[in-house]
Amino acid sequence: MASTTQEELPGGLKGLVHDWAKDETTYNVPWPKAMMWIFLLGDTFVFGIFLAAYAAARAGANIPWPNASEVFALHVGGTQVPLLLIAIMTFILISSSGFMALAVNYGYARDKNKSFLLVLMTAIFGLIFVGMQALEWATLIGEGVRPWENPFGAHQFGATFFMLTGFHGFHVLIGVIYLFITALRIKKGSFEKADDYTGVEVAGLYWHFVDLVWVFIFAFFYLF
Amino acid sequence: MSEAGHPSLKAYYTVWILLFVLSVVSYGVDFFGVHPEPLKWSVLVMLALAKAGLIMAVFMHLKYERLSLIYTLALPPILIAFIVIFGMGEGQFVAEMRRTAFGW
Repeated sequence: MASTTQEELPGGLKGLVHDWAKDETTYNVPWPKAMMWIFLLGDTFVFGIFLAAYAAARAGANIPWPNASEVFALHVGGTQVPLLLIAIMTFILISSSGFMALAVNYGYARDKNKSFLLVLMTAIFGLIFVGMQALEWATLIGEGVRPWENPFGAHQFGATFFMLTGFHGFHVLIGVIYLFITALRIKKGSFEKADDYTGVEVAGLYWHFVDLVWVFIFAFFYLF
Repeated sequence: MSEAGHPSLKAYYTVWILLFVLSVVSYGVDFFGVHPEPLKWSVLVMLALAKAGLIMAVFMHLKYERLSLIYTLALPPILIAFIVIFGMGEGQFVAEMRRTAFGW
């Protein structure tokens, strides 16, 4: 692990050169954090490729692309509200990300109970998100959307929708399990015993990444 | 950053609210149908990048990390942006071929 403290290291570009040139580990972070970042960078490529495929499929479609505002509209009291469910899902995921950030903060402040409750809240909000995702899938499948065809327009719509939101939802689901385990470990006092709450921060990194991916899916798939 | 240099609680709440606001704005851009389309798209991309930047800088603490880690994480996604743009170009070519060669 890091043998020098941040205060001793040069900052800025000089620090960048120093970090790469010194005869020790380059990244001055605990190893679980470095590993999580490397994993997330790989995951960025996975989702990036999905987005590239989506861009190619949408630009190459010879039938007009379905209007997401209409496809994902909800009926509320007789009026059509576009993307209502998606907007609620977005706010739920942002809020869960906020809870997670606070949980990490209280973890480092050695406030075990607050950290536990906040991670639990994060996991529960994640679970609500997955539930709404499942509801959305069920609705769309009920309306006849399939990976190879759909009643709204370009055939490629279904394939890219299921691919992007499915892979993201899978990440959320894994994240929820990960968070419940992290919450249990906080409750058990594992981090307290080791006097190291890095584990909570690493779980937080994963969760914020899931939120980060949703930012792009929300913008590029639902709003474009 | 591990123990030193945390963002304050206030920073977390500020980013939280900002993420809400930016999401509402991007929803509004779609809801009110900003025209022309390229304007709508560029506004949406900028809002998404702003949200991503806020999450990474404060929630993921990247603002408090050293440049060596930040550059390792920030440079590769630029290549991904190129792949996505190339994907769009490729798609347009495919659409053109479908029209001219197949008459679809």
